[in-house]
Amino acid sequence: MLTKRIIACLDVKAGRVVKGVQFVDLIDAGDPAEVAARHAAAGADEIVFLDITATHEARGTLIPTVKRTAQQLFIPFTVGGGIRTADEASAVFDAGADKISINSAALAHPEVIGEIGAKFGAQAVIVAIDARRAGPSSPIEAAQVFVSGGRKPTGRHAIEWAKEAEDRGAGEILLTSMDADGTRAGFDCELTAAVSTAVQIPVIASGGAGNAQHFTQVFREGKADAALAASIFHFGIADVRSLKEELRRDGIPVRLPC
Amino acid sequence: MIAVVDYKAGNLTSVMKSLRAVGANPTSTDDPATVHRADKIILPGVGHFAATKFLEDQGLKAAIRRKIAAGVPFLGICVGLQWLFAGSTEAPGCSGLAAFPETCDRFAPGRKIPHVGWNSLSIRPGARLFAGISNNSFVYFTHAYRAPVTTATVAVTDYGEPFSAAVEHGNIMGVQFHPEKSGETGLRLLRNFLEWEPC
Repeated sequence: MLTKRIIACLDVKAGRVVKGVQFVDLIDAGDPAEVAARHAAAGADEIVFLDITATHEARGTLIPTVKRTAQQLFIPFTVGGGIRTADEASAVFDAGADKISINSAALAHPEVIGEIGAKFGAQAVIVAIDARRAGPSSPIEAAQVFVSGGRKPTGRHAIEWAKEAEDRGAGEILLTSMDADGTRAGFDCELTAAVSTAVQIPVIASGGAGNAQHFTQVFREGKADAALAASIFHFGIADVRSLKEELRRDGIPVRLPC
Repeated sequence: MIAVVDYKAGNLTSVMKSLRAVGANPTSTDDPATVHRADKIILPGVGHFAATKFLEDQGLKAAIRRKIAAGVPFLGICVGLQWLFAGSTEAPGCSGLAAFPETCDRFAPGRKIPHVGWNSLSIRPGARLFAGISNNSFVYFTHAYRAPVTTATVAVTDYGEPFSAAVEHGNIMGVQFHPEKSGETGLRLLRNFLEWEPC
């Protein structure tokens, strides 16, 4: 049976893993290569490396840090942040990434999704969507897409953009709820379910993980294929192994580490 | 010499790195003459079946066919497994090696496609690639097309329908999943392939 994936995310700034609350107030959480290897050993199904300030500061991804991190890993490794063109994606693949995640560039130039897919395969292209609801009572269809690390509204709706990304050849969607991100109060299951049922490709839920129950909810109610979290692992509230043991007790199919 | 065939279908970095991690010193090549000198051949792959046309155009297909006939161990990964079959409905004009007569086809609708993630293996007893690997071990898949279950199948995975996760026939082997991305289980499989000696 296909298991639900637990993805450990490294938000990287200036070569260090950091974690903030709702995209601001960053605190140091370690060296990316060390943190990635620790998560992999504890049973993380994938590692995502996000250079969270790359687009904002208009510079390329941290290739040497990516290379050093990839060296430690024998599980899927995704890199995002600041990738604008198929050539920039090539450099990241050459550094050892298996997939790239694009966000701002995909919205600015949607054809880049197909260009990267043509060269590296659709499975290697994750379109990341940062979405924020207009308010608690506003309809889910009105959730808006933001770019540049959550700084700029785009006027695009999350569900409609996810469908376009799929049509243009995205292999997966990484959906981050900006409302939930960093709160540790649970994923936005309603938004995740709306996107997951609108597309046929896998959807990775992100933002808001605080305990195992939140993961169970986003797999059941949110219909997520995978869930991503950062801070709960970094600060020892739970490691991936204990999270997965709890999920298994809840009846969620997961891969337990040996 | 372990030849890893480079046919410009995605990057080889992960496969090369994993082979080095289990003690091999692989050579990546797109040159039929280098393939001709190989003691073992690995054909990685990810992406579109049409990419295998490069193998034909570069004379690599003929070189691989000769080596397989001479008994040299061959391992196809992902699209590399599918290429061992007659062809795939993903690229109808593009023929595979046809070591196996069946055709690869897309997963039927009604589930998320591609099949992405860690799924379990139902392993046939005695499969050489899986020596020391427990039944129901998890490995990482990412693919939209799959090979049917045939007499050459040595591991079956279920994704709404059963398909060939691994095949073995004489010196020809293939895996649909990515051993280079499947943690310790995948590294063990690569080691098994490297250590296997044809009698």
